[in-house]
Amino acid sequence: MFEGWDAVVLARAQFAFTMSFHIVFPAFSIGLASYLAVLEALWLWSGREVFINLFNYWLKIFAVAFGMGVVSGIVMSYQFGTNWSAFSDKTGPVIGPLMAYEVLTAFFLEAGFLGVMLFGLERVGQRLHFLATLMVAIGTLISAFWILSANSWMQTPAGYAVNAEGQFVAASWLKVIFNPSFPFRLVHMVLAAYLTTALVVGAVGAFHLLRDSQLAGPRVMFSMAMWMATLVAPIQILAGDQHGLNTLEHQPVKIMALEGHFQSHKDGAPLILFGWPDQDAGTVKYAAELPKLGSLVLKHSLDAPLNGLDTVPRENWPPVLITFWSFRVMVGIGFLMLGLGLFSLWPRWRGTLYQTRLLHLFAMAMGPAGFIAVLAGWITTETGRQPFTVYGLLRTAESASPLAAPAVASSLTAFVIVYFAVFSAGVIYILRLMAQVPHHGEQGPQGDIPARAAGITPAAGAVSAKGAVA
Amino acid sequence: MTVSADLATIWAFIIAFAVFVYVVMDGFDLGLGVLFPLFPDKADRDVIMNSVAPVWDGNETWLVLGGGGMMAAFPLAYAVLMPALYTPMIAMLIGLIFRGVAFEFRWRTTSSERNRWDLAFAGGSLLATLAQGIALGAILQGVHVEARHYAGGWWDWLTPFSILTGLALAVGYALLGATWLVMKTEGPLRDKAYSLSWFLLFGMLGAIGAVSIATPFLNVQYAQRWFTWPNLILTAPVPVAVAAVTVMLLRSLANKQDYRPFFLSLVLFALSYAGLGISMYPYIVPQSITIWQAAAPQTSQVFMLVGVAVLIPLILGYTAWAYWVFRGKVRPESGYH
Repeated sequence: MFEGWDAVVLARAQFAFTMSFHIVFPAFSIGLASYLAVLEALWLWSGREVFINLFNYWLKIFAVAFGMGVVSGIVMSYQFGTNWSAFSDKTGPVIGPLMAYEVLTAFFLEAGFLGVMLFGLERVGQRLHFLATLMVAIGTLISAFWILSANSWMQTPAGYAVNAEGQFVAASWLKVIFNPSFPFRLVHMVLAAYLTTALVVGAVGAFHLLRDSQLAGPRVMFSMAMWMATLVAPIQILAGDQHGLNTLEHQPVKIMALEGHFQSHKDGAPLILFGWPDQDAGTVKYAAELPKLGSLVLKHSLDAPLNGLDTVPRENWPPVLITFWSFRVMVGIGFLMLGLGLFSLWPRWRGTLYQTRLLHLFAMAMGPAGFIAVLAGWITTETGRQPFTVYGLLRTAESASPLAAPAVASSLTAFVIVYFAVFSAGVIYILRLMAQVPHHGEQGPQGDIPARAAGITPAAGAVSAKGAVA
Repeated sequence: MTVSADLATIWAFIIAFAVFVYVVMDGFDLGLGVLFPLFPDKADRDVIMNSVAPVWDGNETWLVLGGGGMMAAFPLAYAVLMPALYTPMIAMLIGLIFRGVAFEFRWRTTSSERNRWDLAFAGGSLLATLAQGIALGAILQGVHVEARHYAGGWWDWLTPFSILTGLALAVGYALLGATWLVMKTEGPLRDKAYSLSWFLLFGMLGAIGAVSIATPFLNVQYAQRWFTWPNLILTAPVPVAVAAVTVMLLRSLANKQDYRPFFLSLVLFALSYAGLGISMYPYIVPQSITIWQAAAPQTSQVFMLVGVAVLIPLILGYTAWAYWVFRGKVRPESGYH
């Protein structure tokens, strides 16, 4: 399958592949855990049945998605050692503790309370159950904190020294954790997770409203999701802009690549909207560009000089084509999200939010958009960091394990087969759950098992649901 | 053999503790997967899955702590061992994927598809278990290190000894699984778990014996560690304790007790694990790298030690609470799946 590829390229392909599959699940479960906490809080506060129905409806989906996130995440935590052992040896003393703290403060918290959240409402009562839901939601956010800190340190390393063995050593843990790009990346990613989940929730709501605009559950979820898009999409665009300015300061080469700036401009760089970057020729072919606007966006001044990749040795160039286009995909989807949010305001004001079919179709089309934007964003930032694993300090080629290419090719092949088989099944199960209408007396993961409802105790579920509502 | 109380040693004990908690917790739950083919009845399978569904995820988190903690506290050892154990590690990860998703997936399908996820649960559990046992054997027999790198091939781990440890762990986990079922179930399912426990206990004793006999032949140092004076003061009680625990375990099975068989099986695991520790210390990569050579700089180990000291007791506390919430026998009609 991968003849002729060298071991480092294979290891990179494996990381990109397994990471791309993995990130989809946490991006969804970070947002969904918070949404579940909000739904349960609304239920406890208002006592309205629609909220517990929605809670149980999304809880089943959460259970499936979370399980896939866990198993694909274990792969990531061992892949540093199996495929990137030189990287692990050199950076382990700095980013190892960050990941260890992620396990200690986040993974255990999520896992410890997940069982109670999924299956324990009747066993522990409402208050403790809400506490469990909150702990899971907080756990997902703490997890984002640490792993983004570790990733940001690789982008903008700070607070370190290098010891005699060539390992990075922390000189200041505060500077390591709160390295220059971390706050921006954390905000950008958490907002992305919230938007991604909101778009999924909105699409499911829209799907059911298209068939019946009177359904209580879909109305609530659609309205909540549209508020999220309206309010958070503009904040996200602002956060993205600030993240970009931070990148310009600390990783200017990444900006050169994602803007397609091969040439330096002394008096105002153009903004290249579209084109085909040709890395070998060092130009953007068929470029559609607006003069001087590049400097306006990046320097907030029309005539500000901007350096291009011609000031950087070629061996330090990131792959421009991928970075350039993945960035445009992300930004384009971001503005579509903004468009969806703004569009929803008009029918909402007129009182036709649940009857406007065009809006529902738009929202359904945008359902998977958050995932694509998250993937495109990560491809931009990770590809833009190349050819380094630790920006400017440790080359990717010097980070890989001393493995023969066939070993990495075999494991990559195995992961590709297993991931497509397992995770496509999971996605199908999630879509099946989403295709059902959230209904009166909705059960959580414990209640709707077909065999159980049909056979052993058909009444138990209904009774407990009533108990829960009361 | 002397043990000094420096940071590296403290961290060696912490990592060993994390791995042991993992073995204790995920051991029975992987063991249930290994035993799954012996319980073809759907109702039994539902009960078996229900008995671990609320806790399996927490159990596997200890594996992440073992791996992540090792990268943080002993990065050199992590960097050498993971490529050396490349194939077993990848196999383990793939096994864990199949069994992990089966917990949710099998409830989301029709019955014919459910069989497929039952197979995934059983096969994935067995694969992960064999891979862990093989990895253990491969570590014990030593790996080829040059400078700061693994310098062997990607099939070096495969020896009769590592196959033996792989099978031994499968028998051991199955024993934990069977005694877990004794504790958590009732009726015919529990009876079957009792009779399986007998077989598996003798299997486990055979496995402990075989691995104990084979280990000293791997390397002179292991023999010296175990059979020379004054080490004998420390090592001799281990087999004696194994014998004593075995007698207690046999009696608890004969008396059809609920909780004792599981906890005594865990003690058996703890003794075997202590035996491993005696063999390996102070090496983290046997014969090549000691815990002091592999240790991360002091700043890293101190920074994490603070977190571990505060957080591990907290984690053990709420984990115990989660087990307590789902305590007692799992009945076929019980609410959670």
